[in-house]
Amino acid sequence: MFDNLTDKLDKAMHVLKGHGSITEVNVADTLKEIRRALVDADVNYKIAKEFTSRAKEKALGQGVLTTLKPGQLLTKIVKDELTELMGGDVTGLNLTGNPTVILMSGLQGSGKTTFSGKLANFLKTKKSKRPLLVACDIYRPAAIDQLHVVGESVGVEVFSNRDEKDPVKISEAAIAHAKQNGFNVVIIDTAGRLAVDEEMMTEIANVHAAVKPQETLFVVDSMTGQDAVNTAKAFNERLNFDGVILTKLDGDTRGGAALSIKSVVDKPIKFIGTGEKMEAIDVFYPSRMADRILGMGDVVSLVERA
Amino acid sequence: EKTKTTFFDKLGKAVAGKSKVDADVLDDLEDVLISSDVGVATTIKVIDRIEDRVAKDKYLGTTELNGILRDEIAGLLSEVNNGDATDFTIPKQEGPYVVMVVGVNGVGKTTTIGKLAHQFKQKGLKVVLGAGDTFRAAAVDQLQIWADRVGVEIVKQDMGSDPASVAFDTLQSAVAQNADVVLLDTAGRLHNKVNLMNELTKVKRVMQKIIPDAPHDVMLVLDGSTGQNAFEQAKQFTAATEVSSLAVTKLDGTAKGGVVIGISDQFQIPVRYIGVGEGMDDLQVFNKTEFVDSFFN
Ligand SMILES: Nc1nc2c(ncn2[C@@H]2O[C@H](COP(=O)(O)OP(=O)(O)OP(=O)(O)O)[C@@H](O)[C@H]2O)c(=O)[nH]1
Ligand SMILES: Nc1nc2c(ncn2[C@@H]2O[C@H](COP(=O)(O)OP(=O)(O)OP(=O)(O)O)[C@@H](O)[C@H]2O)c(=O)[nH]1
Ligand SMILES: [Mg+2]
Ligand SMILES: [Mg+2]
Repeated sequence: MFDNLTDKLDKAMHVLKGHGSITEVNVADTLKEIRRALVDADVNYKIAKEFTSRAKEKALGQGVLTTLKPGQLLTKIVKDELTELMGGDVTGLNLTGNPTVILMSGLQGSGKTTFSGKLANFLKTKKSKRPLLVACDIYRPAAIDQLHVVGESVGVEVFSNRDEKDPVKISEAAIAHAKQNGFNVVIIDTAGRLAVDEEMMTEIANVHAAVKPQETLFVVDSMTGQDAVNTAKAFNERLNFDGVILTKLDGDTRGGAALSIKSVVDKPIKFIGTGEKMEAIDVFYPSRMADRILGMGDVVSLVERA
Repeated sequence: EKTKTTFFDKLGKAVAGKSKVDADVLDDLEDVLISSDVGVATTIKVIDRIEDRVAKDKYLGTTELNGILRDEIAGLLSEVNNGDATDFTIPKQEGPYVVMVVGVNGVGKTTTIGKLAHQFKQKGLKVVLGAGDTFRAAAVDQLQIWADRVGVEIVKQDMGSDPASVAFDTLQSAVAQNADVVLLDTAGRLHNKVNLMNELTKVKRVMQKIIPDAPHDVMLVLDGSTGQNAFEQAKQFTAATEVSSLAVTKLDGTAKGGVVIGISDQFQIPVRYIGVGEGMDDLQVFNKTEFVDSFFN
């Protein structure tokens, strides 16, 4: 499956080779193959379409003037476009609140609880902060226990109230607790929810309105397919989130969902999760992600062979 | 409902009385399939088949075409998914029927086990759960809560203990109790982690010391919102554990789970259950026709 891009581009470049310039006709096949490769990488098909037409415009405009061969030129254009789309620089967190409130959101099983622990650990060890973790998932079996285990493993206090069934009240009490006890970051873990679950979406919107987070983060599994756009759009409409967290990138997925989400909500991807351990967190590098989606190892070697 | 009618109407109009399917309609069909995560290769396969059928049986009406479309997609599932089960059943046999549940992180393994335990218990079967995830924070607690909720036995050890040892204990206890079904939970693991995949192979082997032909079913749980990476998951888990059935979860959302069509086709593994929520009743027996129809909803 992961040889796809090489194969396809190779085939497509074959067509281009020997032609002096990029024409509407010889570029069409190549772009179709690139579009297919993007869809195979889980980029939303509509976004892949838009993307390839944009790349085509550029290719046709530049064709004859360049010293590059058509195949090389096209590859370069695609790579540059994708990198640009993934976003320019590394974007950090806004930690100016007192305390700073960070709200996690996302679908079931995307990695919110794990990431809450990783972020607490990161802020504590790398940014000299005093974080407090807050257990607002009152539904999933043992969700509160899970956060306690995670908090303990990184030496961060966890605020929970097993008798309280209102996440708004839990988070407000947690913030009061933080203020009294000198915690300067409050990380609120929430239950996983589907975007179509009106009741649950209202619940998190209420928490959001009550605690006014500096950072609302949308946590998404990097293996997500075409549905990523729907979910990201729906969460963004309700929460106007500040950033995206891409988890489970230690797998072998191309992670095209990242491109889809970026295009559809235009919010920065701030961190990535690269494992189950608490240290497995990294800032997000747009160009690396662009490379990954395209399978840049493949593309670079193609340029060399072209 | 609206889109569904529109799509099939359009398809009918565009091909009725013609011997070739209109490119626009094929584009629409392609969009439906791709956006359901069916994947490019399988989509092309479906479209080719439809074009062939239309060319052969010229001048088809709308009804026939709708039928053909559903048939062709469902056809990819049919070889292994024939005779749609309508109920939660396990084969009759001597000793406990052992199901080992595997999959990548967070797909819904533990929840599916809880739901299955509930179904089997309702059928009067004696169920034993094995807490084989000794790694993820509070994984044993989570399964314990499901066991209590459903009212079935659980065999567990401390966090961090050897999952193979838990599996061994579970089977031993199940045999001693004369249980009908064992559902063994395992820790989520990404399929590209060789050591963790080898661990599964070992768990499987250790179970055979107690019941030589266990596990009778290795169920791979796939998250319905996962894209094309599910192929690689199926491939690697099959290599490590000989996956024999699939469960697709989280189909109560907007994701369609279409990737399982290609997986079922390529690996000849039947889809057995679908998860449609977080409650204990939110598990259904897989129905091919309904599943395919949901793409057009
Ligand atoms: N390999 C890997 N596993 C991860 C990563 N992040 C989370 N996980 C695992 O994914 C699974 C789900 O993670 P959780 O943190 O429980 O996800 P969640 O979003 O809190 O889930 P719910 O609360 O049920 O919605 C667990 O097995 C985690 O260990 C990651 O970056 N890499
Ligand atoms: N909406 C919905 N949520 C589900 C479904 N199945 C599971 N979930 C949720 O998905 C999340 C993860 O489920 P788990 O059963 O813990 O997944 P797992 O595969 O055991 O996870 P790990 O053991 O961490 O790898 C939980 O929040 C479940 O409630 C489903 O069919 N629909
Ligand atoms: Mg959680
Ligand atoms: Mg589990």
